[in-house]
Amino acid sequence: MPPLVSFFLRRLATALPVLAVVLVGSFLLLEAASGDAVDSYVARSGSMDAEQIAQLRQEWGLDQGPAYRFKAYASALAQGDLGWSTAFERPVASVILERLPVTLMLMGVATALAFFIGSLLGVVAGANPGSFRDRFLSTGSLALYAVPGFWLGLVLIVIFAVDLRWLPIGGIESVASGKTGLARMADIGAHLILPVASLAMVYLALYLRLMRDRMSEIWRDPFVKALKARGLSRGRIVWRHVARNAVLPVITMLGLQAAAMLGGSVVVESVFAIPGFGRLAAEAVARRDTPLLLGVILCSAITVIIVNLLVDLAYGKLDPRVRVGR
Amino acid sequence: MTFWRMLNWEGRAGAAVLAVLLLMALLAPWIAPGDPLAITGEPMLRPFASGAHILGTDRLGRDVFAGLLHGTRTTLLVACFSAAVALVIGSVVGTLAGYLGGFADTVLMRITEAFQTVPAFLLALAAISVTGPSVPTLIFAISLGTWTQAARVTRAEVLSLHERDFVAAARTLGMRPLEIAFREVLPNAFGPTASLAAISVAAAILIEAALSFLGFGDPNRVTWGSMIAEGRTVLRAAPYLSIVPGIALVVTVLGVHLLGRGLSRTERLQP
Repeated sequence: MPPLVSFFLRRLATALPVLAVVLVGSFLLLEAASGDAVDSYVARSGSMDAEQIAQLRQEWGLDQGPAYRFKAYASALAQGDLGWSTAFERPVASVILERLPVTLMLMGVATALAFFIGSLLGVVAGANPGSFRDRFLSTGSLALYAVPGFWLGLVLIVIFAVDLRWLPIGGIESVASGKTGLARMADIGAHLILPVASLAMVYLALYLRLMRDRMSEIWRDPFVKALKARGLSRGRIVWRHVARNAVLPVITMLGLQAAAMLGGSVVVESVFAIPGFGRLAAEAVARRDTPLLLGVILCSAITVIIVNLLVDLAYGKLDPRVRVGR
Repeated sequence: MTFWRMLNWEGRAGAAVLAVLLLMALLAPWIAPGDPLAITGEPMLRPFASGAHILGTDRLGRDVFAGLLHGTRTTLLVACFSAAVALVIGSVVGTLAGYLGGFADTVLMRITEAFQTVPAFLLALAAISVTGPSVPTLIFAISLGTWTQAARVTRAEVLSLHERDFVAAARTLGMRPLEIAFREVLPNAFGPTASLAAISVAAAILIEAALSFLGFGDPNRVTWGSMIAEGRTVLRAAPYLSIVPGIALVVTVLGVHLLGRGLSRTERLQP
């Protein structure tokens, strides 16, 4: 079997039980929530007498025991049916699919920026541990790490959208602007700057610290002394050897932070009125739409699993010691 | 003051900040008596414009300083309790998984992984949607998403202690496995788990703030998150209404991080 296929199979074998637990958990949540699908149907349709309600429950299988209901729930899910969103009056799956791309774009850009700027500044700080630059960047990142993303978003709105009027205040693109092609992309880009900055800043600080701390540990390794003895230039030691080794834990952290970033996007999207997947979660709770909330939870679990899979693949490419499939 | 002398400057700064916050929380009913949600003056007074309202008033004429003080209570209460609950759940699950091993370990770790796969904030949101918002349910909802790290750390520590002599001695004494796990192994494995306390408290503060910012906090209490949300409606006219409680949040979280870093350094110095 090719190593890549066996790698995917092994990952699937660990991901399936995890997804099963999430599934059971969300079913329990559905059971604990007050009211069922019939209740929300009755609430929408207006008048129905008790007999009709009981008949509807029987038709939808809701008068059966929890075991039967769980079987129905799981088999519908297996067919890709996430249920009916009572708030949007549409299938949950279609609402989620419509909202997911915006959030994936937001998270992707934020992760990329946080990773590149964070680890670059981490190298600047870690190249000379204890120097002024190091202490300045380390203290700065500690302060930045304490800033909640949604509040940073509001502050950025006050500065760049209200006072300076450089950037739009919210939304994902100008309403009915009629823009196409490059002009539309530039418009979306301008709308993304502030939300991406508020989402990425915490992770930028985290990756900076991680890179810097790991580098200051690696400087003490004997192999660095050997490189110095061989007369390698300082820049070459910093970039090719110390930084390159220090970036590996940062990449692991990229995967670990995927779930946290998805959680952060809930508030950031609410601040900037971005019609994304994260805001959907808040809307589902506010509008008491339990099936939608469960769909969001299940899809975010799947997203996190896929992101971690990709990170592990990238890790194997970068570190020959953990090549996939061996 | 040996505790103070043990800390480095980071730890001291953090401890000082948290001490001030604790005082603010304890003395809030005396410094700013009465209901902080009550209207006490003219709406939208600017900060430092009136002696009666040092930090001004919000859209409805509620005192910002009083809200800030009483908000400290909610923040510290929810954050400390949910971090404690998360550490307790995490160390119990981690001890069981690490000590029992085998099938129990696999099952417990898959459950832990499942909780890690769903964003902590979404878990808290989902729990709140079922239970409704109040301080106890907030504590439960937040700890639901933050116990996993403690479980992993405890499990790793328990695995490393498993083959030590004192465990073998307890076994020869005839102690039952669960008794050994919780009376002998867990107390020895708790150190590394306790060092997660600062991270857990900081995470809980941020989750609570975000929840109440979105309007899912306890409606009968002032919180910094709800003050930021309230100020957001008049962001153009009075940006300070959102900015001031946010600064309080940043200072608190920074204080927790600083104290945590200071404590972990001293632990390394004194084995």
